[in-house]
Parts: sequence; structure tokens; C-alpha cells
Amino acid sequence: MMEGSLILRTAARFLMPLLLTFSIFMLLRGHDQPGGGFIAGLIAAMAFALYVFAFDVPTTRRILRVDPRGMLGWGLLIAALSGVISAMLGQPFFTSQWWPIQLPVLGELKLSTPLFFDIGVYLVVLGTVMTIVLTLAEAEE
Amino acid sequence: MVSVALPILIPLVAGALSLAFWQSQIAQRWIAVIGTGLLLASTVYLLLQVQHEGFVVMHMGDWQGPFGIVLVADVLGAIMAVLAGITGFAVAIYSLGSMGDGHERFGYYPLLHLLLAGVCGAFLTGDIFNLYVWVEVLLVASFGLLILGGERAQMEGAIKYVALNLVSSLLLLTGVGLVYGMAGTLNMADLAYKFSQVEDTGMITVVAMLFLVSFAIKAAAFPLFFWLPASYHTPPVAVSALFAGLLTKVGVYALFRVFTLLFTQDVGLTHTIILWGAGFTMLTGVLGAAAQFEFRRILSFHIVSQIGYMIMGLALYTPLALIGGVFYIMHHIIVKANLFLVSGVAYILRGSYELKQLGGLYKSSPVLAMLFLVPAMSLAGMPPLSGFFAKFIIVRAAIEAESYWIVGVALLVGLLTLFSMVKIWTEAFWKPTPEGVAIIELPGMRRAMLYGPIMGMALMTLVIGLYAQPIYDLAEQSATQLMDPSLYIEAVLGDPASGLSPSERLIHDAAQAGEAAAGNGAAINGAAGNGMEGEAP
Amino acid sequence: MEPLMAFVVGGLYAAAIYLLLRRSLAKLIIGLILLSNGANLLIFTAAGLSRGAPPLIPEGLQTPDAVVADPLPQALVLTAIVISFGVLAFAVVLIHRAYEVVKSDDLDMMKDTDR
Repeated sequence: MMEGSLILRTAARFLMPLLLTFSIFMLLRGHDQPGGGFIAGLIAAMAFALYVFAFDVPTTRRILRVDPRGMLGWGLLIAALSGVISAMLGQPFFTSQWWPIQLPVLGELKLSTPLFFDIGVYLVVLGTVMTIVLTLAEAEE
Repeated sequence: MVSVALPILIPLVAGALSLAFWQSQIAQRWIAVIGTGLLLASTVYLLLQVQHEGFVVMHMGDWQGPFGIVLVADVLGAIMAVLAGITGFAVAIYSLGSMGDGHERFGYYPLLHLLLAGVCGAFLTGDIFNLYVWVEVLLVASFGLLILGGERAQMEGAIKYVALNLVSSLLLLTGVGLVYGMAGTLNMADLAYKFSQVEDTGMITVVAMLFLVSFAIKAAAFPLFFWLPASYHTPPVAVSALFAGLLTKVGVYALFRVFTLLFTQDVGLTHTIILWGAGFTMLTGVLGAAAQFEFRRILSFHIVSQIGYMIMGLALYTPLALIGGVFYIMHHIIVKANLFLVSGVAYILRGSYELKQLGGLYKSSPVLAMLFLVPAMSLAGMPPLSGFFAKFIIVRAAIEAESYWIVGVALLVGLLTLFSMVKIWTEAFWKPTPEGVAIIELPGMRRAMLYGPIMGMALMTLVIGLYAQPIYDLAEQSATQLMDPSLYIEAVLGDPASGLSPSERLIHDAAQAGEAAAGNGAAINGAAGNGMEGEAP
Repeated sequence: MEPLMAFVVGGLYAAAIYLLLRRSLAKLIIGLILLSNGANLLIFTAAGLSRGAPPLIPEGLQTPDAVVADPLPQALVLTAIVISFGVLAFAVVLIHRAYEVVKSDDLDMMKDTDR
């Protein structure tokens, strides 16, 4: 695959941290407001997909650090296990459990099983999209 | 209560673990065996519980039905889950000995678990949209499994498989959308209750046809079966066996579910159409098989013809016929998956699936020959094997229902099945080995992995045949539940005799509880806003 | 609004089925995409359209203060879109691979498995 232009490469480098931060922001605000693991995962995947276009597949794999398929697996595991916690407490699967805690400076953090579920979804979406994008890009080469 | 979710959760977690340990094939193999073993154990536990209690219901996330997603295990659902567990476990062990290294590395095991999760989800859900979602899950997994290896024949088969199954899924989605538009609910129990209250049922029957076409494609019933013989003989044999055992049966199960629970308004029309479909399915399948000379293609066509018997049980719609249908499903899944496993061993021993290239198997491996004979004769309906009782019950139900033409078809198809099985027997096992065909020996460990599951399933075939009474009782229990939808409705939503519909009662309760309505408020508005009032004449 | 949408849905289904009946693989995929879009639109229309009433509960209340749009069809359509995205992505890769293997996008050239 052709490498992108200088402009695209510079832009990708600057946009990467911005998009990733934004994706985390979307992930965390997701429970009460628009956002959530799915959309956040797509935003993160966008950041890496942009990197694929600007640079190449091996570079992207290197900065991704983990195999996207492994990420998919761990995400699925976290999401599934977040539903098991309530079953251990004798309630139906996926009953939400809440443990809100007060953090200094940041304010209240609503630690809960939906949050873990969202994190799992985030990883699954990121893993799935990156698997598809990287496979297609490699097939192209 | 928790037990109803375990058959879905266990393969999901096993699949996730299997993906997480992508690099290590040994870990994946262990996860496959332990995961499917646990799945089998959990489904058996569920069946015992269901037999005892009648229904096991769980409201996911503690959101009460009909608004939340409900998992429901009745006897039929639990039986199907057990069969999925048996097939999954047998195939997992078999694939240790038969799966090529390359296939294992390209995600065979994660896909296997995902498929099982989808199948169990479809069997245990009580929500019609959720059913669609699980069907898609198993479909995506089956796509991946089907093209594992990427040979030309697999690509060609997969295109037909993918195209027709996607069309079927989209028809199902259309049906679900229309049902929601009519009734304002997706919970099957709530739908069954609302449909039973409607006087003008024309529109419901129209939607029923959409469901019929969609599930008939999935079940490979006439006239939309041709994706099956075009694709089932192309993937690795363990995948073929898994598909043969489980995939079409999801379609059959869904037909049993919706045409006993939801769409019983116009039995004279809908079930007659199913009956004709069943007759043609049996005939075309068995005639197709008669023209084939490839081991797995013969078996594929026989799946089609056997599907006919199952939906014949549904179409006759008498208690005895439903017992026969359920009995047939139990017998068929075990027998058919086993025959595919046998064909895989024959392939390993002779290097071909073509009957012309096969031969001499009786002389070189008499154990395999016996293991073929048990499921093959059972498939043809020889007493005292499982297939005899399955056919006997169904044919008797048809005689009692005075549908004599279908009795004739069923008996003729049984005879032709025997012809096909004898053809395989004489060609692959009886005749001498053709010249120039290399005979391959199996090392001991691999032999055990291949023969173990086959022996286990052959034993089950014998047990179903020789101790048919307990199996019959089980089928009878499921048929009793299927014939009386009010049991299902009551188990999921409570007693509807209070005069209010289930959802109205819930709104009523919620209004009294005040606070509790917060989360459901919007949904209640929506559901109340397009309830069945608009449909009344 | 509903009658208009009904015609759009009907048009999408008709176009999809026409394309599905062609021999070309590319048209097959386009047909499937149109069919899935038609089905999604149908869910939306069948459940009833309402404009300008998002199903949001105002701050401080426990239930919405007026009749709002039904949020469930949106959730269904979103789920269906995600599923069809994944499945169709697979289908596109599949026809690409099949094209490479068979060297043709004509379905009539793919009869090997039906013999």
C-alpha cells in the first residue's frame, strides 16, 4: 500500500492522541449521557485506521502493541464476566451493581458493572474493527 | 434460575478465552474440550431442572418481561440445548484428531464456541428479536467455519450459503419489525397472549408466512434447500458434522416454537402449507441423494429429506405428531452428526470422499464398518434403532390424523433412505479397495480421538432405540407444553386471568410502585402507544 | 409520512430482489445491502413515526412529561445495522476472495459444488 502524504502523516500523528483521549471521554460519560463503549471503540478504531492509511500495517501493529484478536477475546471476557458478578450475588445475570466512590479533584466516579461491560464492548469493537481493517490492508499488499 | 443462562455464557467465555490465547494451540485445544464438556454438563443440569419444574425463566438484568429480555427454557428448549452440548463435545474431541494445523491457527476453536453460544442462545431465548440476534451470531460463526481453509469449492459453496441465509435473516427481521408494529412487544409470551386476543387474524397470518419462509430457508425445507447440498460437503469434516447436527435444527426449532406458540390462528392454512412443504422436502431430498456418489453429498441430501419428517410432525399439529417431531429431532441430530464423523474417518483412511475411490473398509477396519452401520440403519428406520421409533410415532400420528398421502411419502422415503445407505455400505465398505488407492494407518492416540466420539454417539443411538420409553416420555412432556401456549405465557409473565394483559398489569404495578417506573417510563409509553387497539376491527 | 416511507421501503425491497436475481456477484451484494436497509427502515416505519419527541426524561422527573417517540425501534435498528455491517463486510471479503479463486464474478461459473 502507498504511504500517505506528508500532510496526512503529520495530521495522523497529531490526531492520534486527540482521538484516543476523546474515545476514553466518550467511554466514561456513556452511562448517563450520549456515548458509551460502542461509539468510543469506533472512535479509537478510527484513530488506528487513520494510522494505517497514513503509514503502513506493521507500524500500526507496533503502536497497537497487542494483537487485535486477543483484544477482542479479552473484551468479550470482561463483558461476559461483568454479567456474572450479579449471578454470584444471587440476582439474574447482568443485573447492574453500583459502587460509587468519591475521588479527590475529579468528583464522583460511578464504578459499576455497566462500566465494565462498556469497557469490554470498547475492546471488542476496537479489536473487531482493527482485525477487519488490518486483514483487508494486508490483503491489499 | 441461573442455569438457563449458563449454556450461553459458558461457550461465550470459552470463545473469549480461546481468542485471548490466540497464540497457543495447546491452550485452545484444552479450552475446547473443557468448555464443551462444561456446556454439556450445564445443559444436562438444565434439562433435569426443567423436567422437574416445567419452565426455567430468567429476566436478564432484572428487567421484568415483557420489557426486558427473557431467557426461557421449556422442555423442548432444554432438549435442544442438551443436543447442542452433545454435538459440541463430540465434535470438539473429534477435531483434536482431524483438524489440520492451519485450520486450528485460523480461529477454528473460537468460532466453534461462538457457534455453540449462538445455537444455545437461539434455543433458550424468549424474545423474538433476541432470537434474530442469536441466529445472526451463529450465522457469522458458521460463515467463518465454512471457509476455513479457503479452497475453491468452499468459496463457491459459501457464496450460496451466505446469500440465501442472509436473505432468510432479513426476512426474519422484516417479520420481527412487522410483529412489533402490530403488537408493540417482542416478548414471545406477551406476543402469544396478544395474538390470542385478536379477532381479525388476517394480518397475523400474513406475517406468519414471512416467518415460515425465513425459518424454512434456515431449516433447508423445500423449495429453498439448495444452499445446503451446495455447501455442506466443502468444509473440514468436523465442521460439516457440527453444521449437519445443529444449524438446520435451529430453523426447525424456530418453526416449532413460533408455529405452536404464536401463529396458531389459522392452523388449517399455515400447517397445511407446512405439511405440503414437508412432503416435498422428504421426496426431493431423498431423490437428490439417490443421484449422488460422494459420501458427504449423499448425507447432505439426507439432511434435507429428514428435515421433512420433523416438520411433518409440526404440520400435523396433534400431540402425538409433536411427540414424534421432537423424538425425531433428538434421534436425527445424534445420528446425522455421527454419520458425518464416520465419513471423515473414511476420508482419512482412503484420502477421498468419492464412493468410487473408497472401498475395502469393512476388511481393513471392521470396527468403523459396524460404527457406520448403526447410525446408517437407524437413519433408514430399521428396528430396534432410534430411527425406527421416531418414524413409527410420526407415521402413526399421520394415520390417526388421516393424512394418508403423507404416510405413503414417509414410508417411501424411508425405503429410499435404506437404498442410499446400502449404496454407501456396498461401495465404501463392502467392495474391495480400488487399485492404486493408498491405505493410511492411524496412530493410536489419533485413533482414540476419532473413534471415541463416534462410539459414544453410536451408543446413544442404541440407547434411544432400546430404551425408547424414557425418551418418549421426555418428548411427550415437551409436546404437552407446546400444545398449550398458556403454560408458556404463565411461566414467563404470570397469570393472565386477572383481566389485564401482562404489559398492562405491569404498567399498573409500576404506577403503584411509582419510583420503580422511572427506568421503564419511556418504554411503557411506547408500548402503550401502539398496542393492539389499532388492530381491532 | 408513513405512506411515503412505505413506498420507499417497497422500492428498496423491489430493487434489492431485482439485484439478487442477477448473475453478477457484485450486484448480489448490493442487493443484500439494499434489502437490509429496507428492513431497517421497515422496522422504523411499522413501529410508528413521531417527530421532534426524543424519548428523554427531563432532569428531576421520573417519567417523561409528554408522549415521546418509542425508543425501542431505534435500538432494534441500531442492533440490526451493526449486525448487517459485520455480516456484509464478511460477504464483501468473501466475494473478493471468490473472485480471485474463480476469476469471474458470474454466478453461472460457480457450479462446481452443485454437480
